[in-house]
Amino acid sequence: MEIKAPIPVIPAPIWRDIKDLQEWERLRQHRPEGDKHSALFESVTEGVHRFPGGFVVTTAADAFFNWARKSSVWPVTFGLACCAIEMMATFASRFDVERLGMVPWASPRHSDLMVVSGTVTIKMAPMLERIYDQMPDPKWALSMGSCANSGGPFRHGYHVVKGVDRVIPIDVYVPGCPPPPESLLNGLLLLQEQISHFRRTGQRAAPNPKVD
Amino acid sequence: MTREQAATLIGERFGMAQVEGVSPFVVSLPVDQWVGFAQFAKDTLGCRFFAFSTAVDWKEQGLEVVARVDNLDDGISISMKTRLGAGVSACPSLVPVYRGANWMERECYDMFGIRFEGHPDLRRILLADDWEGHPLLKSYAVDTPHPPYR
Repeated sequence: MEIKAPIPVIPAPIWRDIKDLQEWERLRQHRPEGDKHSALFESVTEGVHRFPGGFVVTTAADAFFNWARKSSVWPVTFGLACCAIEMMATFASRFDVERLGMVPWASPRHSDLMVVSGTVTIKMAPMLERIYDQMPDPKWALSMGSCANSGGPFRHGYHVVKGVDRVIPIDVYVPGCPPPPESLLNGLLLLQEQISHFRRTGQRAAPNPKVD
Repeated sequence: MTREQAATLIGERFGMAQVEGVSPFVVSLPVDQWVGFAQFAKDTLGCRFFAFSTAVDWKEQGLEVVARVDNLDDGISISMKTRLGAGVSACPSLVPVYRGANWMERECYDMFGIRFEGHPDLRRILLADDWEGHPLLKSYAVDTPHPPYR
């Protein structure tokens, strides 16, 4: 009977114990594919530079700021219609957007994201524009549901704005009537992806005044 | 009061009015008896509950104002109708009789453009103050532009 030698367990060194670049790179190469810590590190790191007595990690300021922005998106609570019920369900404990760094906030002056959830009437559009203007840059807007996307079933009514993108610029459109919380979460993840590739800060597209 | 007594009373006082049905009574009136019949329905027939007021646009035949009043104690319902005539948008107001007609007639003015004479506060109630036109009229185009949003 052959007795196998025990597999040596190498304790993972903490970052303070890493002495030089070669050791850091060796550890980094041993990370498995899809490891979330190295993926996060790679997403914000552009290069590792040797330095007497250590090493320096450099990154682009845009990438770093966008990573910080997408990790802490605060949506302003702005519910207009039945989609707001699904939005509230998404913000509540079952679907829990706080794990994505989102805190539903009751003031537009502290918020980054406006979830336009519901039918925008012509009477409501100036207030929506005003709340959007009160949000500090950089800011994003998500159109939730058929009514906000295009007017939905009320598109041929006399009182509904045919798509909220005629009032404010929209980054992500979530379809559905109303979209379930899974759809809204998918839209929020798409928005985070979009924020992480957001190069020039403050440069936004103008709202598109479509003419039928 | 039973419905038969109510029908008899309506026939005695407003013999020229066209009455159809029993529950509800559908009473078609000329415009000049509009307020008089409302007062009669409230005082004599006991219809103290004003349910709703609205209008119908019959295109070239003009507008028709509809009001529904109820006697909740005896189960008597009356739908009052009056034709304003082609091109006429003035109608006497029921607010002096029924206070509940106030907002209903404001909405009716908002949607159909009917001027209720004697109304204390006739202005728009649902649409914005700077809205142009009355959207439930058949002549109102669905795609009427509303700058800057449409």
